[in-house]
Amino acid sequence: MNVVKERIVIPDFRLSPRVDQVGQEERTSRFTKRSIKKETKVEGLKLALSMIDLTTLEGKDTEGKVKQLCYKARHLHDSYEGLPTVAAVCVYPSMVRTAKKSVGDSGIKIASVATAFPSGQASTEVKIEDTKFAVDNGADEVDMVISRGKFLAGDYNFVFDEIAAIKEASGDARLKVILETGELVTLDKVRRASDIAMYAGADFIKTSTGKIQPAATMPVTLTMLEAIRDFYYNTGKMIGMKPAGGISKAKVALHYLVMLHETLGEAWMTNQWFRFGASSLANDVLMQLVKEKTGLYQSADYFSID
Amino acid sequence: MPVKTKKAAAKKEVSSSQNSKSMAVPKLKFNTGWEYAPAPESASHIKLKDRYDLFINGKFVKPSSGKYFETINPATEQRLSEVAEANAADVDKAVKAARNASDRYWKKMPAKERAKYIYRISRMIQERAREFAVIETLDGGKTIRESRDIDVPLAANHFFYYAGWADKLEYAFPNRNPQPLGVAGQIIPWNFPLLMAAWKIAPALATGNTVVLKPAETTPLTALKLAEIIQESGLPEGVVNIITGFGETGAMMVNHPGVDKIAFTGSTEVGKIIQRAVAGTDKKLTLELGGKAANIIFDDAPLDQAVEGIINGIYFNQGHVCCAGSRLFVQESVYNTVLRKLKDRIKTLIVGDPLDKNTDIGAINSRSQLDIINKYIEIGKKEGAEFFQSGCNLPNKGFFCRPILFTNVAQSNRIAQEEIFGPVLAIQTFRTDEEVIEKANNTPYGLSAGVWTDKGSKIFNLTTKMRAGVVWANTYNKFDPTSPFGGYKESGYGREGGLHGLSAYTTL
Repeated sequence: MNVVKERIVIPDFRLSPRVDQVGQEERTSRFTKRSIKKETKVEGLKLALSMIDLTTLEGKDTEGKVKQLCYKARHLHDSYEGLPTVAAVCVYPSMVRTAKKSVGDSGIKIASVATAFPSGQASTEVKIEDTKFAVDNGADEVDMVISRGKFLAGDYNFVFDEIAAIKEASGDARLKVILETGELVTLDKVRRASDIAMYAGADFIKTSTGKIQPAATMPVTLTMLEAIRDFYYNTGKMIGMKPAGGISKAKVALHYLVMLHETLGEAWMTNQWFRFGASSLANDVLMQLVKEKTGLYQSADYFSID
Repeated sequence: MPVKTKKAAAKKEVSSSQNSKSMAVPKLKFNTGWEYAPAPESASHIKLKDRYDLFINGKFVKPSSGKYFETINPATEQRLSEVAEANAADVDKAVKAARNASDRYWKKMPAKERAKYIYRISRMIQERAREFAVIETLDGGKTIRESRDIDVPLAANHFFYYAGWADKLEYAFPNRNPQPLGVAGQIIPWNFPLLMAAWKIAPALATGNTVVLKPAETTPLTALKLAEIIQESGLPEGVVNIITGFGETGAMMVNHPGVDKIAFTGSTEVGKIIQRAVAGTDKKLTLELGGKAANIIFDDAPLDQAVEGIINGIYFNQGHVCCAGSRLFVQESVYNTVLRKLKDRIKTLIVGDPLDKNTDIGAINSRSQLDIINKYIEIGKKEGAEFFQSGCNLPNKGFFCRPILFTNVAQSNRIAQEEIFGPVLAIQTFRTDEEVIEKANNTPYGLSAGVWTDKGSKIFNLTTKMRAGVVWANTYNKFDPTSPFGGYKESGYGREGGLHGLSAYTTL
């Protein structure tokens, strides 16, 4: 479905579209009123599992931690047959090599954060080096952060050029651009940053680093989905969406899927174009799946934490 | 910003003879892939009688004529119950009961005591909210999502709100000594049966009046359920009387000399008949009639949210709303974008069983209303407007209509002038602020309007120039008991809700 136009005109980002906060909150609340039951629910839960980027981004990460996480990524809950694996494992560049080895031939992608994650406060040279290191070690996907300081100071050219440079340094790896929407605060700014990222070469736009509050919210995600939709109609190019941080319940994940389904439609309902950046979501989804099958809720103790 | 040409692998997919303008991007696909399983609201807990009598003087009494008529579920065409047909004798009985109650105790009751009854009624509505919501959906065809989340809570709120005013009338009208009028005869429509009953009864009781209420013939059940609650609440006999019947019953009530005040919500046509009927009498009258509201999108509006407002404006309650935003005005510079977004959004609307929690658009209230809507669709097509509807499935029984939009509409088209009262939107473009204000006001109606712009100063400037009783800015169809509602010109006069809603029921 990706039929990109030959000539793409880059807009003046200072004139990016306005977003009404109240209206956006109303629309998202309507998504939460959808009643997702029975086969729709099971399908949705399995889809959500396949869209997870299982994440560990801690200062105290070690090879051992990453190996165990990768095993969980491949074997979410072996006692339930027919489960998908997660989409990717997301780690720091220093852990990419270990992760790559540990996922083997399972098809799970390795996503690496880069560009002085999470603050992005470093020179462009350092950020490019960081990216190249991750890619050379085998990262399939790069999750970069934008320079929020430069953005808020109005230097959109800088932000644009930096993203384009990192896209180039990523080579064949798919680039996710983290906007850190919690620092941008207003939906107008989220829309602006989304547009800059997409026109500069992002393959995915992502809400948050997960290191500050608030992380992903439904109004923010909807704003980004709408940016993706407008970009698609203007250029013919599909961009992926990744809400990250703060989605730990299966019910909320289903609301996000409803929102995705009713905003962008069927083509985006795969892990090629949508991911959940989550560490604790998987077990709640598994609990719900087991409940749909057996009729009973099991305690958290029956689901391994990694 | 310089223009950048993108040379990527993608270029292989593009024919070199095409330029970006002529190449159409494939449309987004909705309603395929992940389909929502049916999620019906349970109706097993509701209690509906097989037959309802008239509620007069605190009791359910048989109609003098012995005649009853059926009420059906418009989604399935199945019979739900039958209700009594009140004739002149019954109307007389009800009015006399109301008069008696007014003279003997209600007028004299301390305001605080009156308030307690009204408050009790609101609590009882809350307690049985789910049952009311399901019955409202079954009887009228509106979606359970709306009756549960909007109609029933708002109805309870109206009773709560006016309970508070009952003992504060001297503050509402300082130094003016407001007194009740006596007996209020009230006729309500089928689009918000319970809510309209609340809008009528609550302020009347708060100001010390007694009531004879006639619900619409296609939607009597929630009013009768309300009668049961009123009976249980211990409200003194005759203070509220609820009589069912057709238009004739309403006419008899309007013409009855024992009624001091008439309140009517319904069509402009009938409103005029009532106005003529009370001319020369000393009956007070308020009318809340039809509308053909303009919903205006400026080029600096937040477009995605505006599109949501358009959808809420015309497809809420299947378009059976007097204040529906049925005329869309889009500033020409953003017309293509708005239309594209609107069509994408319409494709995600689900038309179906009103009891299903996922249904966005329920059943049309009656066959006759569906016929009227279909008639206007034909008129629109004949007038040369372009017709668009989503391709969603419709149930094979019941009265259903897909959400529809007409583009290429002119101010002089009938579909832009006459009230359709269905899920049909007429879209026009405009160029300047002055032009759209003129066109918005160029209608015999004057009930409501919507304005969408990100510029605050424009909101204040424009809303004062709209000749409409209710103007919404960056939202639509928002109601609250504190907010007065009513129109200008042929949309009627008098206000319901808020402080203003009290004065119509007093001697002031």
